[in-house]
Amino acid sequence: MALLALALGMPRLGPLFSALYPELDRPIYQQDSFVDLLLAHIAMVLGSSVPAVALGVGAGIALTRPWGREFRPLVETAVAIGQTFPPVAVLAVAAPLIGFGVRPALIALLLYGLLPILQGTLAGLATVPAASREAAQGLGMSTRGILWRIELPLAAPVILAGIRTSVIINIGTAAIASTVGAKTLGSPIIVGLSGFNSAYVIQGALLVGLLAIVADQAFERAARRLGHWRGAGTAV
Amino acid sequence: MPPFSQRKHDRVLLALTLLMLASLYAWPLLTWAPNRLLTGHALPWSRLANGWHPLLWLPGMLLLPAWALRPRRLVWLATALAAAALLAGLCGLAGAVAAEEAARTPFGRTSFGAAFWSMALLCWLTAAHCLTRLFPRHSSRSIAHLLLWAPLGLLLASGRMDELSVLKEYANRQDVFDDALWRHVQILLATLLPAIATGWPLGLLAFRRPALRQALFAVLNIIQTIPSIALFGLLIAPLAWLAQTSPWLARAGVGGIGMAPAVIALALYALLPIVRSMVAGLEQVPAAVVEAAAGMGLSQRQILLRVELPLALPVVLAGIRITAVQTVGMASVAALIGAGGFGAIMFQGLAGSALDLVLLGVIPVVALAVVLDALFSFFESLLEIRP
Repeated sequence: MALLALALGMPRLGPLFSALYPELDRPIYQQDSFVDLLLAHIAMVLGSSVPAVALGVGAGIALTRPWGREFRPLVETAVAIGQTFPPVAVLAVAAPLIGFGVRPALIALLLYGLLPILQGTLAGLATVPAASREAAQGLGMSTRGILWRIELPLAAPVILAGIRTSVIINIGTAAIASTVGAKTLGSPIIVGLSGFNSAYVIQGALLVGLLAIVADQAFERAARRLGHWRGAGTAV
Repeated sequence: MPPFSQRKHDRVLLALTLLMLASLYAWPLLTWAPNRLLTGHALPWSRLANGWHPLLWLPGMLLLPAWALRPRRLVWLATALAAAALLAGLCGLAGAVAAEEAARTPFGRTSFGAAFWSMALLCWLTAAHCLTRLFPRHSSRSIAHLLLWAPLGLLLASGRMDELSVLKEYANRQDVFDDALWRHVQILLATLLPAIATGWPLGLLAFRRPALRQALFAVLNIIQTIPSIALFGLLIAPLAWLAQTSPWLARAGVGGIGMAPAVIALALYALLPIVRSMVAGLEQVPAAVVEAAAGMGLSQRQILLRVELPLALPVVLAGIRITAVQTVGMASVAALIGAGGFGAIMFQGLAGSALDLVLLGVIPVVALAVVLDALFSFFESLLEIRP
């Protein structure tokens, strides 16, 4: 709520920023409306995170099946080394290769966002006790039934934590993506930094920071709800 | 499915080999452009024929059938060596071709193509796959990796690759590069040392007082959530104000932009993993050990220094490793607020859309992160061996 109010009401804060920075001619970023920037930012994060979740969880499941288990150590090494790459580096290399604009940003965010999700999925599936799996087998459940009704629900909290890390990183990287020509909430920050307009920087930074905190809280709530649901499930 | 040791062939190696062939088929190994700003086009295979090719087909011949051999130590060793030799051969070939092209057109630029980077990654993964099986212990594996990749470093140092575009960018900007390296290390140290000096005592306090722990982690989690670029931006105003109101701070280098806001923000980020690792490290010390120490008449201070902290050390060290890697990466974003470092080279390259200049900024950042990660992992693995 506060996030929307701030995005909508930013132009109204003109007098405040002109009081803080009397030397600036235009104390409020006006090239795009803050609501548009916010929506573009969210669209970019969703556009990269949704495929990243599908790919990451899918790969995590594949690597824990009997036919994929052999590849697991290798993929884990690759993911570990991939995470020493800073997200900016992925973005900076993608831009000259693919061209400037939204596309390199989406691809860089997708690639980098995969790693924590894959790691979360692998770690989550590892927490499933072998006894639960065997019990389900004993009850005559199919392998597919075991995956959907036993393994994934039990692994869900850790997978969700991986997705949370990935989305929060992507919100930050999407802000930096404005350096490669994508329009996001980072645009006022970058424009402000290069034009010595601190008011723009603060406006962009406030919204980006708030967006990240709101998203994090949403995940917190989802995790708690998941806990309740699981608690109710085991009680029955 | 039979377990790995009884299987007749190695499907992981097969997949890696197929990926190598596919990337060589689909992408250019080297690209060439008339000058440093234009986008390169692929150098045809015919131009790549050079004296280095025995170093390519010999290990290539070894790698191609390796997946079909029965997995055993000799095969793994040979495959790892072949992968390293193949990558060295590719580097040598690239350097030699670049020198040939440079003799033809002085302003032309020969750069690594997509196939080179994917081959480098795949060679490394192949070697890592084999070394993991050869050396189950982490510390001896690290040393094996070091020996395997050292020839590449020698090749780079020998100057045989100097005509490649990235290294030409380096030669043109050696001063800038050295300054950036120094500045990056400076930012790293200026962040880590104060963060450790405050983070460890805070972690100890938080471990002893659960109420404090909750509040502290709530605050640190929120800080960690805020994207780095936003935190840098938000620190500009208060620091500029501080520098205005107290001139002695401004004289000490504190201001809205530059190193001060970067180091403050990075240290704030660093606090969470450092505090968390201290708490986690102390928590995993078995209560029985602490009780036994108390029973032997050790004072609380002695228990802390001689029992709890030494047992917490591996986890604490892992925390520093994670923090150092994170800080190296985030410090490159700090270039946006004028803190310098490799990020400045990276963003300068982005602004001019010169890929090789971007790489000149990106490669050392990644290398620094990988080296720090490997170094701390090595220390951690040394601690683990001790009974």
